[in-house]
Amino acid sequence: MTRVWRGLTPWLFLLVPLAFLITFTYAPIVNMLAYSFTDWDGLSPELRYTGIGNYTELFTRPDLFEVFWVSGYYLAASVVQIAVALYFATILSFDVRFRNLFKGVLFFPYLINGVAIGFVFLYFFQDGGTLDSVLALLGVHSDHAWLGTPVSANVSLAGVSVWRYTGLNFVLFLGAIQSIPGELYEAAELDGAGRWHQFRHIIAPGIRPVLSLSVILSVSGSLSVFEIPYIMTGGATGTETFVIQTVKLAFQFNKTGLASAAAVVLLLIILLVTWIQRRLVPDDKVDLV
Amino acid sequence: MTRRAVARTLVYLSLIAASVVVLLPLVVVLLTSLKTEQETSNDTGALSLPHDLLNFRNYVTAFHDGRMLSAFGNTAFILVVSVGGTVLIGSMTAYAIDRFTFRLKKPVVALFLIAALVPGVTTQVATFRIVTSFGLFDTRWAPIALYMGTDIVSIYIFLQFVRSIPVSLDESARLDGANAFTIYWRIIFPLLKPAIATVVIVKGIAVYNDFYIPFLYMPNQDLGVISTSLFRFKGPFGAHWETISAGAILVILPTLVVFLCLQRYIYNGFTRGATR
Repeated sequence: MTRVWRGLTPWLFLLVPLAFLITFTYAPIVNMLAYSFTDWDGLSPELRYTGIGNYTELFTRPDLFEVFWVSGYYLAASVVQIAVALYFATILSFDVRFRNLFKGVLFFPYLINGVAIGFVFLYFFQDGGTLDSVLALLGVHSDHAWLGTPVSANVSLAGVSVWRYTGLNFVLFLGAIQSIPGELYEAAELDGAGRWHQFRHIIAPGIRPVLSLSVILSVSGSLSVFEIPYIMTGGATGTETFVIQTVKLAFQFNKTGLASAAAVVLLLIILLVTWIQRRLVPDDKVDLV
Repeated sequence: MTRRAVARTLVYLSLIAASVVVLLPLVVVLLTSLKTEQETSNDTGALSLPHDLLNFRNYVTAFHDGRMLSAFGNTAFILVVSVGGTVLIGSMTAYAIDRFTFRLKKPVVALFLIAALVPGVTTQVATFRIVTSFGLFDTRWAPIALYMGTDIVSIYIFLQFVRSIPVSLDESARLDGANAFTIYWRIIFPLLKPAIATVVIVKGIAVYNDFYIPFLYMPNQDLGVISTSLFRFKGPFGAHWETISAGAILVILPTLVVFLCLQRYIYNGFTRGATR
């Protein structure tokens, strides 16, 4: 009797967590796969099997596939973001006056509500808004509608994304740099190594795991951008991203089948990227048991 | 100037430039929130100072007409329940996985592990149907269930901590006749305080700022959380930048206060949360 009880104990602890996990993560994935082969509208009681029809539609209709190119802007932005974060993490890990103040200022945007950021930057890019006023102050009088053309709108939105997320990368890098033992720098300084050499030979190898984590977060983040463009432009003027399109397909046009296929494609791409990254940079910290 | 001095100057210049880039958009919105409707429409430029620096009328409008009070209430309710639930679920899972050997342990762990790779946004189309079938759609329980059910990072954080608690503590308690629940509740849980702080902070900020889930699952105006209520400003306040700005500042302010009070823990939380 006690043996049976003992065998059951871990399951009593795991019952609720597993129920949540299966209901809200695994069941949706299975359902989504099933929907993606149908033309279901999300409402009618019957769904018709259409084979790979949704997938061919997705890859052959240029207007549906176009949204992937928008991710390119955000991908480029994340390169800038990682470079900037790395630069500031490096200089702020050495002795700098007002260090904590600068740290706080750089990190704070990451904590701000996305809708608030959207509004702040809608005003920023407005005609006669913050950006135009600053440029006027510098003697540049621009009559540019920043969110008016697809290229400039996407560049502006990607810029907002850099503003918002650099802080997270910065703090992750800073944490990694500070976990490098201080003696290493002292030894390097005795050997006459300058800052650049210290960065190249001590810091860069020390933060490799975090760097690769940031790269993968950036790639999957760039593919699943939603908030900022949805709030600021609603996906107008060529700023529609993959997730905005999927949400619109599913919840506005009731094309649940097609939206599911789109989501499956996105999920597969992200899993592929993760897998490649794990291959390239094996991370031994990841195993759970 | 020596080379070193030049380098130092450049470092400070870059830091100041970055601070301006970060702060300027926020400061301008703060200034705008203090202007009158006339001042914003007169087109005196975004950088001009408001006449009356203590003009809080827009805040009253935003707070009242934007239904911010009910928004903060809804957010607080969802925040407390889902963060509490996440702490319980995460620590129970970590305890069960670390302290017991049982059949199917490996597959169970794998289930949690693989789930961490699936970004929530991708499965929303199907999750939506499941939430609806439970009758949770357009209730506060929809986001609560989703926040509690899909947080793998907190399980990682708890697991790291449970591992660092010596097993001998459990064993001596067991000799005194304590059962698994007493051990979890009386010994493990209180020792998890640092991990709980981390999870509360990281999860709390995520829930406070989330837009996607409440937007999809709670269209009802009465159920607006701060994100969705602020988003609704776009309609009625359209071009009233002074009101929209006041709303944005109202939403940012609590974050700023919490950040200033808990700085150190917040940095640690994010470093720990993301790198596990």
